[in-house]
Amino acid sequence: MSMIAAHQVTAGFMPLFDSAVLVAAGELGFAAREGIDLTLHRETSWANIRDRIAIGHFHLAHMLGPMPLACNLGLTPLASETIVPFSLGLGGNCVTVSNAVWAGMVAHGAEADLDPARAGASLGALIRERAAAGGDPLRFAVVHPHSGHNYELRYWLAACGIDPTREIEIVIVPPPFMADALATGRIDGYCVGEPWNSAAVAAGTGHIVTVKARIWRNSPEKVIGVRKVWADENPEALAALLRALHHSARWCQDPANHGELAAVMAQAGFLGLPPAVQMPILTGHLRLGGGGERTIDDFFLPFDKAANFPWKSHALWFYTQMVRWGHVAHTPENLAIARDCYRPDLYRSALKPLGVALPGANSKVEGALKVATAVGATGAGLVLGPDGFFDGQIFDPDEIDAYITGLKSARAKA
Amino acid sequence: MVRTALAVLVIDENRIRAAIIEAGLREAGHERVTVIHDVTGIARRIAEIEPDVIVIDLENPNRDMLENMFQLSRAVKRPIAMFVDRSDQASIEAAVDAGVSAYVVDGLRQERVKPILDMAVSRFNAFSRMARELEEVRGELESRKVIDRAKGILMKSRGLSEEAAYTLLRKTAMNQNRKIGDIAQSLVTAAGLLGPAEDE
Repeated sequence: MSMIAAHQVTAGFMPLFDSAVLVAAGELGFAAREGIDLTLHRETSWANIRDRIAIGHFHLAHMLGPMPLACNLGLTPLASETIVPFSLGLGGNCVTVSNAVWAGMVAHGAEADLDPARAGASLGALIRERAAAGGDPLRFAVVHPHSGHNYELRYWLAACGIDPTREIEIVIVPPPFMADALATGRIDGYCVGEPWNSAAVAAGTGHIVTVKARIWRNSPEKVIGVRKVWADENPEALAALLRALHHSARWCQDPANHGELAAVMAQAGFLGLPPAVQMPILTGHLRLGGGGERTIDDFFLPFDKAANFPWKSHALWFYTQMVRWGHVAHTPENLAIARDCYRPDLYRSALKPLGVALPGANSKVEGALKVATAVGATGAGLVLGPDGFFDGQIFDPDEIDAYITGLKSARAKA
Repeated sequence: MVRTALAVLVIDENRIRAAIIEAGLREAGHERVTVIHDVTGIARRIAEIEPDVIVIDLENPNRDMLENMFQLSRAVKRPIAMFVDRSDQASIEAAVDAGVSAYVVDGLRQERVKPILDMAVSRFNAFSRMARELEEVRGELESRKVIDRAKGILMKSRGLSEEAAYTLLRKTAMNQNRKIGDIAQSLVTAAGLLGPAEDE
């Protein structure tokens, strides 16, 4: 039985692997089965996605987790109120450095074990050695100022005693150009999603030193950002789309489907890279450079561990980092905007008819789960965490002021 | 009050389109125009040029890098932000539709920037139209070449005159409700697969 598409939905995406849940929803029939005629547009920059959402070309888009917050907080030139009713997954990023930086880190005790604390300590020692010798500061790249990459890189460095605003330089480089910029020496390291870390390893020009999943386990990355005006006017279309994304995400998580998913993403209109290049993010098995290999637990989760639930605590953590690095002032108004951006209520009401396991709360204390934990939620079989920060810190969204104050004093000490 | 001439920087990887924009700016009396196709080393160039207005093609994958640099780089003495006329939603949409945007230094008056953006939008649109027409002409030429080859195959393999071969192709296309170029392409492909019947 084929359903007649009742809703026309237009979505933008960037050619990155973590658009997979959205792409598969369109390409493999999940959207059509929910009565959605989903049109996907590939974009060339996050700025284009922002602009096209703002003027209504797109109803929704694949976005960096902090991007909708930046829109609503007025940090972008063109913006329309954007809400997040769905997260596209947890994890997926790595920090990669040049061979020269890696050699310097090894001389200061680094090992190919992805341990963020050890890697950060050796990098800090290298940075101070360079500074003492009068060398230029190392230059790291991230994909966008309002990105999980920027905030996790800074969090990791700061927690290791490195001041990312003074002791290194951070620049913006589009993901596909990262490996090349590293190879030619324009940058010394970067934080980006896969496959752009494995690309440098494969080329023999970079070493993966740590991963997002080790800096903050099961942490947020890309989301579905929706034009709020459209969401308000089309609640049925949005709910149907969220159900389609849910089914797509479940399919993407299943290892039995990874080959087919990689083949879909390999098409020129999507990621346009050979399936083999996509396997590290799907399996969590990474080559680190110089012969080292590691399999990382929960490296990238498109579905498991409530990966699609838009936790308000995730949005609020991004907000604390925006405050920390001077992107936005901490005021009651801004906090309220950040609190309203992610919409677990919409996720929950859309999925309720499916009878699937749903978290009972809208927020959680991040870093509280030291082991994978079955949680009391509607439905059965929901496992969360572990969700720890590598430095053992806890983020309690009910204690935001204290957390921000704590970050400031930590920075003053650094 | 004497207005100083605006320094305008055009960043466009498409050289032809960039030249069209540059010509438009010069026609409008802007003499301090610089065109950059490749963003490598752009921070240094911006420090040298100190542009008041930057026109950029929105398909440029470096747009996020550029936006961030305009705001923060030490090379940029005054922050540069995207030009957005909030009172004029239609012009914002026209610019995004055309695929072009203007970035301006902090404090530059709207009425000095608007004509530059309007000119860029209309020239971007004209360029897209031209590119589309060129593509159509190219497609037409290509299809004419294929039809000639298909005619040749039919003439040789079935002993038809050129006119009869063309009539056969056209009739087949009409019967199958397809374009004559598509039928010709199928025939050429099939002939290639079947071996030495090719006429070249």
